[in-house]
Amino acid sequence: MLKKIVEHSQIKSPWLVHYDCGSCNGCDIETLACLTPLYDVERFGVLNIGNPKHADVLIVTGTVNKRNKKVLKQIYDQMPSPKIVIAIGACGLSGGIFREAYNVVGGVDKVIPVDVYVPGCPAKPEAIIDGVVEGLAKLSEIQKAGKPKKEAIAS
Amino acid sequence: MQSLEITKETLRQEGERLKAEGFRFVTITCLELDETSLELIYHFDKDLEIIHYRMQIPKDAPMPSLSPVFFAAFLVENEIYDQFGIKFDDLVLDFGGTLYLDDDDDITATPFCKFGVKRADTVPDAE
Amino acid sequence: MSKTIVPFGPQHPVLPEPIHLSLTVEDEVVKEAVPAFGYVHRGLEKLAEKRDFHQMIQVVERVCGICSMIHAMCYCQGLEHLMKVEVPRRGQFLRVIWSELHRIHSHLLWLGLYADAFGFESVFMQFWKIRERIMDINEATAGNRVIVSVNQVGGVRRDLSPSKCDWILDELNHVEKEVKALESTMSNNYTVKKRTVGKGILTREMAYELGAAGPTLRASGIAQDMRQLQYEAFDELDFEPVVETDGDAFARGLVRFKETIQSIDLVRQAIARLPQGDTFVKVKGKPEGEVVQRVEQPRGECLYYIKANGTKFLDRLRIRTPTFANIPPLAAMLPGMELADVPVLILSIDPCISCTER
Repeated sequence: MLKKIVEHSQIKSPWLVHYDCGSCNGCDIETLACLTPLYDVERFGVLNIGNPKHADVLIVTGTVNKRNKKVLKQIYDQMPSPKIVIAIGACGLSGGIFREAYNVVGGVDKVIPVDVYVPGCPAKPEAIIDGVVEGLAKLSEIQKAGKPKKEAIAS
Repeated sequence: MQSLEITKETLRQEGERLKAEGFRFVTITCLELDETSLELIYHFDKDLEIIHYRMQIPKDAPMPSLSPVFFAAFLVENEIYDQFGIKFDDLVLDFGGTLYLDDDDDITATPFCKFGVKRADTVPDAE
Repeated sequence: MSKTIVPFGPQHPVLPEPIHLSLTVEDEVVKEAVPAFGYVHRGLEKLAEKRDFHQMIQVVERVCGICSMIHAMCYCQGLEHLMKVEVPRRGQFLRVIWSELHRIHSHLLWLGLYADAFGFESVFMQFWKIRERIMDINEATAGNRVIVSVNQVGGVRRDLSPSKCDWILDELNHVEKEVKALESTMSNNYTVKKRTVGKGILTREMAYELGAAGPTLRASGIAQDMRQLQYEAFDELDFEPVVETDGDAFARGLVRFKETIQSIDLVRQAIARLPQGDTFVKVKGKPEGEVVQRVEQPRGECLYYIKANGTKFLDRLRIRTPTFANIPPLAAMLPGMELADVPVLILSIDPCISCTER
């Protein structure tokens, strides 16, 4: 019974934690813009939470570099399972325009497993909301399968 | 671009003079000239007039820091140490080559130099 | 009471971007603040060796997504100077229009985040709601909301039709009305004053000596604005730098608020005086020589140093961004402040970490 309530509320009111991992701010402000009155995802119960231990969904913008890959992995490990990761923007997907720079490791999936990829430079708020909806469908599948989420790729 | 010449010995003195005259420190630009030498360009501003001071230095010699005169210089000098491997003496806030770089093999390299020098060679007291 | 070191960041709820501060605290009072960086460092300047000088426009636009257009404008100005190209007058005016639109959107974004830092969430929502109108203008005129990518060496790639200009003016009337409705909140509200007046004071001398830039400098009483260099079409536009004298977080807020209104006025002036003609000239050849170019970004003075050697790859590209200059003043203003005020003070310099670290 309790498990059902938790599972239901995870899908209906997902809590997000946003981490900016070397993004140019373009995707960051678009992610924040999703929360403001024009797009307002809060009316659907989607909350942006600062604390990774409270979160179901991790939103990552920007390229991973050599210093923040540790922070990213730490945040991912702190989140309780089941959890999903959404990578936003061309940089989060592959490194984008910065992929050849010396301090860039590459996309988010080099460090942690990614469930949904949202392309765009920067991704538009509509695309980000769509990505979160896709992610929730995946989260519900994970819940049904009852399998624990795979652990982070060892770096 | 017009610029004035400056040397290691006159840097602090010139800095003090510019500060007394009301100049604002803008930034330092570092360039790699060839395998052995680098060029530093100091930029100062007063009433929207910008002036440049140039200095050519060998790669392996430490530099006097300008940060005791202009506190704002500490950040850019740390950045140059990260990217080009020039050691600055008497930095008010020393990040020791880890301002941006993190991995151990990066800390000893100089990413902005085409003819890279291992930083451990240039800094005798580096641990 | 012994000293405690409180780590602040890199992932912190009030900060949109990762920066780390080690705060040495004694009885809730900050004694020393040491910043640490590197969470956003990519090494963009080095990319100039792999991308040719036309492709670098796309790279410098992504130094910072908030003031992307002004970064690209500064870079193009530098190359135009080296290649001895004169941008057509219409192109110059269009650059002013887009750059001032970016300033409005950046300041509205900051005013929102700043209000959010002291818990005034309704003001945050209001400013971001107004900002969406500017984003609509960007999308309608350039095709993208954030990174408009209108610059090219020799001018701008897009033009504005008279009907678009009328629509922009109409939208700006709405923006001005809505921003002015919040004026008394930003200048007279008890909560805002309580959290910002007298906090993080930079005196005139300190601000100048520490190399502060932009609104942080102007809030301390120094009227220095790179737009006074009259680049692009600013020689024909009426404009006075906005100055406040108190030097505290409240004054910095007021400067940015007044600059928002001023930028709306500048866009109106530019549209009214928009001449006919081409928006760009074709450029031939390769750049050679070195140049230092400065422009005023929403956060302050931005300096580009470009050294070219006659090939399509630049020898060196150096970018000194405004937040880079504002970090030493931040480190100097934090000691003596209470721990709870630290987020407000960090935001009061309008930090853009992706600019700082590039």
